[in-house]
Amino acid sequence: MKFGVIVFPGSNCDHDAYHVISKQVGQPVDFIWHRDTDLSSYDAVIIPGGFSYGDYLRAGALARFSPVMNSVKRFADKGGLVLGICNGFQILCEAGLLPGALIRNRDLHFICEHVYVRIETSDSPFTNELQSGTVLRIPIAHAEGNYVCDDATLAELQNENRIVFRYCDPAGNTTDAANPNGSRDNIAGICSRGRNVLGLMPHPERACEDLLGSSDGRDIFRSLAATLAAAT
Amino acid sequence: MKAKVYVNLKSGVLDPQGKAIQHSVELLGFSGISDVRQGKYFEIALEGSDVAQARESVDKIAREVLSNPIIEDYRVEIES
Repeated sequence: MKFGVIVFPGSNCDHDAYHVISKQVGQPVDFIWHRDTDLSSYDAVIIPGGFSYGDYLRAGALARFSPVMNSVKRFADKGGLVLGICNGFQILCEAGLLPGALIRNRDLHFICEHVYVRIETSDSPFTNELQSGTVLRIPIAHAEGNYVCDDATLAELQNENRIVFRYCDPAGNTTDAANPNGSRDNIAGICSRGRNVLGLMPHPERACEDLLGSSDGRDIFRSLAATLAAAT
Repeated sequence: MKAKVYVNLKSGVLDPQGKAIQHSVELLGFSGISDVRQGKYFEIALEGSDVAQARESVDKIAREVLSNPIIEDYRVEIES
């Protein structure tokens, strides 16, 4: 199995993602420059966090027009696994690969802290090694992480079991107080209808070693690797 | 020709920046401000003189690049 990490001008969590795949998951991984368009040798693509194009216009808005994104769409349409983290989630929403949008945090601040998220479903290629209801401690680092969508989209996400992560307290209660940015329905991450595209605001790649304060994020990459191993 | 594009958050979408600005305006001593909404304004210079064509092009640019239709509305004005 081979992973690709897309690099836009302004990506800054690309090396973290690369490190986790190469050292923790132990699989081959390449950086993919945003002008490249050939994804044929990859089994999974990660769109990392950062500030692509300096967050000009809207977070993720300009990255959507990079040549690689057309390839990512085709890759996703064919069932390829796509993981968008933080800015990657924003890009996937702007590109229409995931519904909804991410707007300025409720309290305006850039928030950089460890939060708790609850696994809402193990029925995804990214969470199948985790029990539904499991609470992970993972950092967030964003100013535009406030997930919004209309009522019909929310109902669709709920009915199709596509809300994969929700912000919660340490005991797993999805209270308003545990919602760091005002996201609708405490949504921290969602997947596509085909379940092969996942976007989340928290940074699992920053929580893969005890030295960094948490290794809870490893289970997400472990799930991803298990999915790919089962497919080959 | 010049096109002006105004992009605003849809009503109902929370605008924390607008709220913070409103608060600052009130601290300055202005009262009776019921709401502040922050938007974006773009000026686009166009070649040619076909107003209808310009409107069509700028409308597409506004819809597909300058705004995110999930959260924002836009308005286009053409100055010939």
